[in-house]
Amino acid sequence: MLPVPYRVQRRRQESHDTFTLELSRSGSAPGLEFAPGQFNMLYAFGAGEVPISISGDPARPDVIAHTTRVVGGVTRVLSRLRRGGTVGLRGPFGNGWPLEQSRGRDVVIVAGGIGLAPLRALLYALTANRGRFARIALVYGARTPEDVLFGAELERWRTSADVEIAVTVDRATESWAGRVGVVTALLRRLSFDPANAVGMICGPEVMMRYAAAELLSRGVAPDSIFLSIERNMKCAVGHCGHCLFGPLFICRDGPVFPYERVETTLRVAEL
Amino acid sequence: MDEKTLRVVTRAALEPLPGLLRDRGFTVVGPTIREAAIVYDEIESLADLPIGWTDEQGPGGYRLRRRSDEALFGYNVGPHSWKGRFHPSDVLLFQAQRNGRDVEFTAPPTESPPVALFGARACDLAAVAIQDRVFLGSASIDPIYATRRRGAFVVAVHCTQAGGTCFCESMRTGPRATRGFDLALTELLGAGEHRFLVENASERGAEIADRLASRPASSEDLAAARAGVERARTSMGRKLDTDGIRDLLYRHAESEVWDAVAHRCLSCTNCTMVCPTCFCTTVEDVSDLSREHAERRRLWDSCFTLGFTHLGSGSVRTSTSSRYRHWITHKLASWHDQFGSSGCVGCGRCITWCPVGIDITEEVGRLREAEGSRAP
Repeated sequence: MLPVPYRVQRRRQESHDTFTLELSRSGSAPGLEFAPGQFNMLYAFGAGEVPISISGDPARPDVIAHTTRVVGGVTRVLSRLRRGGTVGLRGPFGNGWPLEQSRGRDVVIVAGGIGLAPLRALLYALTANRGRFARIALVYGARTPEDVLFGAELERWRTSADVEIAVTVDRATESWAGRVGVVTALLRRLSFDPANAVGMICGPEVMMRYAAAELLSRGVAPDSIFLSIERNMKCAVGHCGHCLFGPLFICRDGPVFPYERVETTLRVAEL
Repeated sequence: MDEKTLRVVTRAALEPLPGLLRDRGFTVVGPTIREAAIVYDEIESLADLPIGWTDEQGPGGYRLRRRSDEALFGYNVGPHSWKGRFHPSDVLLFQAQRNGRDVEFTAPPTESPPVALFGARACDLAAVAIQDRVFLGSASIDPIYATRRRGAFVVAVHCTQAGGTCFCESMRTGPRATRGFDLALTELLGAGEHRFLVENASERGAEIADRLASRPASSEDLAAARAGVERARTSMGRKLDTDGIRDLLYRHAESEVWDAVAHRCLSCTNCTMVCPTCFCTTVEDVSDLSREHAERRRLWDSCFTLGFTHLGSGSVRTSTSSRYRHWITHKLASWHDQFGSSGCVGCGRCITWCPVGIDITEEVGRLREAEGSRAP
């Protein structure tokens, strides 16, 4: 499967190590329809290819946004791209967040660090049809106040889309007046209807396990808690074997899974 | 198999077979000796086969020995399987050319002349069927595999002897090939006549078999063929108890058995390279010095490497015990969930080619022992 060349329309620095690329196909080519939670394989010329979730608005298939943290060689090359630069794109791959299943229910979103990126696409979809959902809450943890992503959007969703938003950081700086601590502490204080809630979690695995445990202890059903799992990927179509997670191919069966399908695999180290 | 239609071809009358395949456009690939091992490579004639040779195999050991006869197929499987023919160990995926700010991607031509597998064993044909499910069995079909696999002709050979690390009987994949071939041969050496029982399983197989001088099989020929396969069946060097094996592995996600095997395992990747079903790959991206031209290649990879599970936060499987557990659990347990069969065909290659002789059948035995000792 050949990458398709996409042009960088806009590059935005989100934090000291995180950036967003907004990509478009050249000319009159149709946009890329995607579901929030899906990912693309982004190819940096000669450097390699990495799986990156789509962080943009699913109602805008003509602008494909990816928010990435610089963690290695390929993401570093991607971070140096500027407007007009070209990346190769394959996708979209994987499933998405359970939007249909969430209709009429409370939606509790838990994000850790860069895990907010695929949840941002979800928040666009939820707020576009705000009336279809009951309470929407986002609990978001970042390392430091400087690492908090999408501040303007969080503010907009809070003020004009009736999304309850709670942000916490691991380490505060002098100017930080918000909360310090882990997301599970915020989750504990959140009021929602556990019997009619859907949980959607993305972040470091240990955070996801504790967040899922917290939701379970509040009474949310294991088939109503969804996690987005990350693994190494080379092909994204179930052929390279890198993303195997127990019996699951993250690329094909996921990356979003109901908690009950991944619970055992998550519990054993190095599986 | 309808025994009435079976024909017998003498050793001399078999001589034209590779040529008949080549005349029909096939690249004929069969067993041949290279660097003191029997490998699969292009063959011109029967003379290229390891005539009069056999192999002695055991955990961490492989030796060729002379036979006392001139058998064409008097050995079992070597370090090569057929997977390299359809799923190459190194293949170009695309080239990328930079023109100013634009990048153009081009796929290499996928044309590939059809191949004839000459002398494929039952275990290896089971492995081909498994790789078919991996690369052709889901919504995303691998074009490289599909092109190379398409139209492949198969001359199977039913095993009439088993090697020291063979356990196809346990995995129910052999020693008789039951499907996935056009022609199947049983080599018969007794009764003063070197001959082959020939079985057609397809129209194109019959068309070729008709061109070989033959006589109808006698009841003695049939009895000798059955006895040969039976000899292989009863002389398997290894056994693997597959009863409830999927759940056995899942139950032992955490077990001291993995630490014990990790003390011996070198994480060298040999087992995955010689395995006829292991399909994992990585990619390699390179560009020229001008950074105008780049390409991406796909290479066989192994779950035994540290980099295999690399993420921004580090590798997931850093310990050797976790990597061995992953490999054997995938092979014997999760493969069932993913592809509807075991990922092991009982060819024994991973045992033979392991430099320290780790034996998959023994490791399963250890899990059963560990379970037995814990049971009330």
